[in-house]
Amino acid sequence: MLTITMAIFIPFLAAIFIPSIYKGIPRVNIGWFVLIIPVTLFIMLARNISAIAAGETYIQTIPWIPSAGIYFTTYLDGLSMIFGLLITGVGSLVILYSIYYLSARESLAHFYVYLLLFMGAMLGVVFSDNMMVLYVFWELTSISSFLLIAFWYHRKQSRYGAQKSLLITVTGGIAMLAGFLMLYAMTGSFSIRENIASVGELTGEALFLPALLLVLVGAFTKSAQFPFHIWLPDAMEAPTPVSAYLHSATMVKAGIYIVARFTPVFGGEPVWFYAVSAVGIFTLFWGSLNAVRQTDLKALLAYSTISQLGLVMSLFGLGSAALHAGYSANSVLYTQATFAALFHLVNHSTFKGALFMMVGIVDLNVGTRDVRRLGGLMSLMPFTFTIAVIGSFSMAGLPPFNGFLSKEMFFEAMLTLRHLEFFSIGTWGTWFPVIAWIASVFTFVYSMIIVFQTFLGEHQPDRLDRKAHEAPPGMLIAPSILALLVVTIFFFPNIIGQYLLRPAMASIYPSLAGEMELAPRILAWHGKVDTPLLMTGGVVILGIILYRLLQYWRNIYEIGPFRWNLDALYNGMLSFAERSSSLLTNFYMTGDLRNYLSYIFAFFLLAVGGSLWFTGGFSFDMSNDAPIALNEYILVFVMAAACVLMLFVRSRITAILLNGVLGYSIALFFVFFRAPDLALTQIVVETVTTGLFLACFYFLPEWKREKSAQPTKIFNGLIAVSAGVVVTVIALSVQGNKMFESISVYFENAYDLAGGKNIVNTILGDFRAFDTMLEVVVLFIAGIGVYTLVKLKAKKEERDVED
Amino acid sequence: MKINDVILQTVTKLVVFIILTFGVELFFSGHNDPGGGFIGGLVLSSALVLLFLVHDIETVEKGIPVDFKKVAAVGVLFVVGTGVGAVLFGASFLSQAFGHFELPVFGSTELATVVLFEAGVAMAVVGTVVTIMLSISEDV
Amino acid sequence: METLITILIGVLVTVAVYLLLSRSLIRVILGSAVLSHAVHLLLMVMGGLKKGSVPLLGEQAEAYTDALPQALILTAIVISFAVSAFLLVLAYRTYKETGLDDLHELRGFTDE
Repeated sequence: MLTITMAIFIPFLAAIFIPSIYKGIPRVNIGWFVLIIPVTLFIMLARNISAIAAGETYIQTIPWIPSAGIYFTTYLDGLSMIFGLLITGVGSLVILYSIYYLSARESLAHFYVYLLLFMGAMLGVVFSDNMMVLYVFWELTSISSFLLIAFWYHRKQSRYGAQKSLLITVTGGIAMLAGFLMLYAMTGSFSIRENIASVGELTGEALFLPALLLVLVGAFTKSAQFPFHIWLPDAMEAPTPVSAYLHSATMVKAGIYIVARFTPVFGGEPVWFYAVSAVGIFTLFWGSLNAVRQTDLKALLAYSTISQLGLVMSLFGLGSAALHAGYSANSVLYTQATFAALFHLVNHSTFKGALFMMVGIVDLNVGTRDVRRLGGLMSLMPFTFTIAVIGSFSMAGLPPFNGFLSKEMFFEAMLTLRHLEFFSIGTWGTWFPVIAWIASVFTFVYSMIIVFQTFLGEHQPDRLDRKAHEAPPGMLIAPSILALLVVTIFFFPNIIGQYLLRPAMASIYPSLAGEMELAPRILAWHGKVDTPLLMTGGVVILGIILYRLLQYWRNIYEIGPFRWNLDALYNGMLSFAERSSSLLTNFYMTGDLRNYLSYIFAFFLLAVGGSLWFTGGFSFDMSNDAPIALNEYILVFVMAAACVLMLFVRSRITAILLNGVLGYSIALFFVFFRAPDLALTQIVVETVTTGLFLACFYFLPEWKREKSAQPTKIFNGLIAVSAGVVVTVIALSVQGNKMFESISVYFENAYDLAGGKNIVNTILGDFRAFDTMLEVVVLFIAGIGVYTLVKLKAKKEERDVED
Repeated sequence: MKINDVILQTVTKLVVFIILTFGVELFFSGHNDPGGGFIGGLVLSSALVLLFLVHDIETVEKGIPVDFKKVAAVGVLFVVGTGVGAVLFGASFLSQAFGHFELPVFGSTELATVVLFEAGVAMAVVGTVVTIMLSISEDV
Repeated sequence: METLITILIGVLVTVAVYLLLSRSLIRVILGSAVLSHAVHLLLMVMGGLKKGSVPLLGEQAEAYTDALPQALILTAIVISFAVSAFLLVLAYRTYKETGLDDLHELRGFTDE
């Protein structure tokens, strides 16, 4: 279906036109035009929901680099549908929100261009079937994320955060690329579907495990899993709509997407199961623990996002056990974990999006997001408060919000681990639910912090930058829609379950899809008080106690492991890399042209002269030489004399004239050598060049004698002479060995092939027109360069950038 | 640069026309005889440069009110445009077409898209060379 | 003929490299101009010299000279012109801004 390919490119195409619309129609906020795109795409995708739910998939292939196995293949199935809807749906809401969030003074054109770039790249990630194409889009999301985090680039923290996120995610991306290449080496295909199809043959291969680990590194860095999570809190320097969109709803879920997408390939491996679920559960725990200590609301949300991503990740890890178990009663249990993961993925996007937007509103209205300065905003901002309550309670796992449903399913999935008999899991199986439960208690605590420390308690107007008031209605639309979804999903979860999650389950478990029902009915009340419900109850009780006593136990963050700082490690590595590379660079990049040219010529002499010497390629054959006329002897002598004289003349004018002599002599040679076009061109160019030299000399000083020391001169002379000798020897050897026939006979068909009788001209204009085109471009660039060099004088600008 | 030399100016008026004609002749003969876009363009631009040298810049700019940067840009656009045009007709990038046509005055004439390409090259060359010369001489 | 021209190319390259390695900006630019002359001749020699008629099909000759090097040289001539022009203006601007045309002094050393 062409439209899926179109869906990827529409945002890119739109991004091209945004700047001109922005300039052309200054009265209307550009955001309204941008908003059209995700809304259209969302509707386009949504129209296919029922077809996808019926089990259809759409695929379309455009050959890109067929010789390398790279096809631009887009693939729409249940899994990519969920992500596609999230990207366009949350995208629409975020753009709507940003119209009110960003002031018109900001460079909105940049902002929306970056945002559209991101949207297109992200759609590319989830719709691509070819791993190379996926990788390209994957890196493009990192780049657009970098640009968006650094949107307020005059702030030092923004630049730091942008760089950090780029370094970490791109490093992971490269690891993933290596993993993809290994998969290609094993299966000979870049297509994910074909890799899935050949999964059984892979497991024994030596490269299988490295490929698995490398792909996981890519996924973990992008999804901010421990220990790569450190970039996400710093990424919060981005404008809040960006944080809501990229760093909670979509981009950070790209890693999860990769894990889900590659589960059919790698899922049967114990290593995959352990790596994904253990890293996930630890990230869940670590993220929630650290979220509690944050005082900045956005940092708190960042850690909470890390933690929730860990939750989803661990569920996918558990779910992969089903592939190992094959078709059995138990595997149904494990597929439930994956189902819960997908469900929580959707839920997280709704409630976390709403929470981010809520924090943005608070930040914008009162000028701070520090919970220590906030308080008592409930009566001043009732709508915002409502959104905060819905979002936070859903995150904490309370009814009647969708987070409750997925949290219950999460507990249940963790409890099934106790029954896991394979992978020699042993007592570890019991640890998983315990860690999950502890992490949930902290999740509950920080959810309460968001609501109660911001909106209840004592209002401190004197500590706020601005007087608090309710946000404008337009700003509340987007978070309200999300909050509404949070509640709606709680009451009608099975609509999502049947139409979105079931087809996605089929793409994650292609081998099990036909054999059993993968999508259970989601129920809020299971008819009895079961263990998950008791666990939730325990979370609430202990959570309330801990929240009440927060001030007494906060000090634990001062001890032990909390002081180990991954950020310091990152900073240390970064500054080490900077220092050592600048040392290395300064060692040979002296800033002296002479040195650089010496490197180049020395390398030339060693590489070319050396290989000539070792291969013994000298063979001179002068028998084919053309006869020499007297006038040619004279001309050669004139040229040699002119160029040697050039070294000794006192005046630069003489030197230029000697250069002219060289040029015109060459033109004469061109005449002798039957090249009329060249002769003509050379004469005109030489004239113009000499004119140019003279025009510039009008301003330049007379040249002085070289002041270099004698050894330097000798060294230069040595290099010069050897370069001349090597060139001569090579040229003579080439003439001595005709290893293959000239291809020029082909061009003698010029009249039939290109309709011209001047062979040189047809080569330029037809056979090798690409060369000519680029040459014209080079000439043009040189012209523009000259123009700007002369006309544009550098102005001392005022710097508004923090160092 | 102001040179006031009546003889030079008078001779130039004549010579420039000869050079210009020569340049155009070279441009059109390029397909079958020596010549073509480059040489034609270079000769044309040398005529213009001569004009600028002999008369002062203001006078010439009044006579030829053309922004040569734009000439160069349009030339590059032509060159790239013929390539893209070929793609639009389903051929590969930059392929040229030619054919023979009966025209009323000229008889059987060969028409080729390469002329557009060469025209682009010539315009780019003229524009660039004159831009370079003008930038330097204007910056006193 | 080819051998003679090749030796001439060697001389041109030697002079060009020596000029490129010197400290004065003008000499460097002049060196690059001479080097491009040498390269044009080199390309020409590689195709063989005086082996046939002018590469115009209108000549109805039995054999034509190799046209490919000629096309390459034509491109190279124009590019080297562009490069020379750019370098010249760069040198000129540098001199206007700093009052220096010596590469060694431009690095911040007054003299050795």
